[in-house]
Amino acid sequence: MTKTIVVTSGKGGVGKTTTSASIATGLAKRGFKTVVIDFDVGLRNLDLVMGCERRVVYDLVNLVNQEASLHQTLIKDKRIENLYILPASQTRDKDALTIEGIARVMHKLKKSDFDYIICDSPAGIEKGAKMALYFADEAIVTTNPEVSSVRDSDRILGILQSESKRSKMNEEPVKEHLLITRYNPTRVKDGQMLSVDDIVDLLAIPLLGIIPESPSVLDCSNAGKPVILDEESEAGQAYSDAIDRLLGEAKPHRFMEAPKKGFLARLFG
Amino acid sequence: MGIFSFFKTGKEDQSARVAKDRLQVLIAHERTGRNGPDYLPMLKQDILDVIKKYVAVGDDALSVQLESQDNCDVLELNITLPEADDSADDDGEPSESARRRAMERRQEASAS
Ligand SMILES: Nc1ncnc2c1ncn2[C@@H]1O[C@H](COP(=O)(O)OP(=O)(O)OP(=O)(O)O)[C@@H](O)[C@H]1O
Ligand SMILES: [Mg+2]
Repeated sequence: MTKTIVVTSGKGGVGKTTTSASIATGLAKRGFKTVVIDFDVGLRNLDLVMGCERRVVYDLVNLVNQEASLHQTLIKDKRIENLYILPASQTRDKDALTIEGIARVMHKLKKSDFDYIICDSPAGIEKGAKMALYFADEAIVTTNPEVSSVRDSDRILGILQSESKRSKMNEEPVKEHLLITRYNPTRVKDGQMLSVDDIVDLLAIPLLGIIPESPSVLDCSNAGKPVILDEESEAGQAYSDAIDRLLGEAKPHRFMEAPKKGFLARLFG
Repeated sequence: MGIFSFFKTGKEDQSARVAKDRLQVLIAHERTGRNGPDYLPMLKQDILDVIKKYVAVGDDALSVQLESQDNCDVLELNITLPEADDSADDDGEPSESARRRAMERRQEASAS
């Protein structure tokens, strides 16, 4: 059975593409046949984060318009077995996508025995974001500890509950996961940033993970490597934990505590 | 944290607290708007207009919350009335409302 997971947020720049890349890579590493689709038509970026930008020939719009086959469009990852990337178009706009067209693509992917389809949503709550979440079985709602991101996440939850295919067909609702990204425990401790508890309280959906603010995310995207492959980094480990939870394993949350500073560091830090 | 903030308790600028409080109100409000029946905004406006006939309140005086319980929906209205001002103003004159109430009291007394 293929599972379709949308990575969404409403607000832009919160870490959807970073998350899509790492979640897809993590699932493939565990042996699941996985494809990650860039729905950000016109603003393609997933290819860069995945490091396959020079191998893009056809894109999602070509596939939707039946100008290229699935086989021609999918890019096979060079590092990880079972991992494929479906890039967005850089020259078209979001109107190039239709629900019927996406439905055909989803059907083809299911027939090709994919275990997971990860959909990297564009920002906003307009057509592009609605298209990305329409076929979702599960949603990873990516949220930063910051007022406008939390508010937008709540709006996206409303859209998942009323405009997804599952809601329209009166099927079991989309399974929701909260992923808090760019978390800075020191600022939380100082009372400057919403805490995990605050956000869970406000959004009231189960917590999939906490990804700390980490310089390795930038290093990795510079190199075109999903941060989950950097097993030394906190962000990489946090994404790996999130995969375990996604697969049903109960794991305690890490990276919530501020590092303890020594006396001198506190005095002069 | 530098030398000057070393002795602070860290409780001085809890802006996250403010953020959470604001979000709590806002999210509840927006959820009502999207889950509630279509007539809810109009109902709210009508109720507000009725209140305004009697009390001078602003548009934010009324909050409407629709909660679904086991087998019924509960519509919760919260109306914030301005503080009754009985004290004399700075100018030493009684306020308009105090004057009116006193007049009504006297009329009742003389009628009985
Ligand atoms: N945990 C993190 N620590 C540090 N930086 C991060 C983290 N997560 C994301 N970033 C940075 O934040 C920026 C935005 O990330 P990303 O592109 O993944 O967001 P997005 O939600 O996909 O944005 P858009 O809405 O534009 O598609 C990038 O520069 C990325 O490197
Ligand atoms: Mg993105």
